[in-house]
Amino acid sequence: MTPLPEEEIRRRQRSRAKVMALLLGLFALLLFAITIAKMSVNQ
Amino acid sequence: MTSLPISETTAIPADWRDLLALTKPRVMSLVVFTGLCGLLAAPVPVHPVLAFAAVLCIALGAGAAGALNQWYEADLDAKMKRTAGRPLPAGRMGRQTALHFGVGLAVFSVVLMDLAANHLAAAILAVSILFYVLVYTVWLKRRTAQNIVIGGAAGAFPPLIGWAAATGDVSTLPILLFAIIFLWTPPHFWALSLFVRSDYAAAGVPMLPVVAGLDTTRRHVLLYTVPMAAAAVAPWALGLAGWIYGAVALALSAAFLILALAVAANRATEPKQMGPEKRLFAFSILYLFGLFAALVADKWVLA
Repeated sequence: MTPLPEEEIRRRQRSRAKVMALLLGLFALLLFAITIAKMSVNQ
Repeated sequence: MTSLPISETTAIPADWRDLLALTKPRVMSLVVFTGLCGLLAAPVPVHPVLAFAAVLCIALGAGAAGALNQWYEADLDAKMKRTAGRPLPAGRMGRQTALHFGVGLAVFSVVLMDLAANHLAAAILAVSILFYVLVYTVWLKRRTAQNIVIGGAAGAFPPLIGWAAATGDVSTLPILLFAIIFLWTPPHFWALSLFVRSDYAAAGVPMLPVVAGLDTTRRHVLLYTVPMAAAAVAPWALGLAGWIYGAVALALSAAFLILALAVAANRATEPKQMGPEKRLFAFSILYLFGLFAALVADKWVLA
């Protein structure tokens, strides 16, 4: 792999952090929705 | 907190788009669709959120298997035109990143499936990932021309997982759905391998056209089409699906057989003259989509 300039590395880290934050948020929402759905199914 | 300067020895973080490409999104569409159809064809209603979560887990599991496959096969991919642009052979990502991503995604998908659906669906998902990575990728692919015959089972699991997620068990119909994809895989991949034979030969992958020749492969395509068509019609013949599915299965299987006959009759050796093979490959994808869509439509219309 060819070395990348520091600027490009920081850009990639920022971009991945944003995607990871979005995915974590969606995961929390999904877990909440699964919990509610399981509760309604088991009632 | 001040950020530390990055030395040249620091690992270069992979672009998230390359991590996404590692999951083979195009292959995933068929996996997701057949998994969803297995879930919708089940005789019990499923809560939409739980159905979404189950299909998401199937997609993530398939993505994990794809990532681990690319991690293991980076050397092969680099030798083939079709795959040389993937993130690992193109040098856009370190191998360790791909391994960590694949293993992490696999564990996450199985745990989430267990949470959202049940133990059986999670267990079959785990088996399907392990089968694709260990049995197909590591064991069979580089050793035998029968690699995709046995390895085809890995792609056949999604409808079984979808059904198990909905019902908590496995019965005759999902096993037939498994058999359809299992028997569909050889003619589908052999049609492709006929016109990309030189790629496989260059990479040293013992695909059937490389080790047994074009004519033998073409005969095998036709040979495997017969049990595949029988498995496709079986759900209707056994009374497990209605006439809508039966009619679609008969029509699509007849078309598949006609295209397979055209492949068997072709004697071309140059990929440019392999129209029948390219047509069969394209149609085979449509075939599987059509068959599974008909199964769900049949259940919804005739229920």
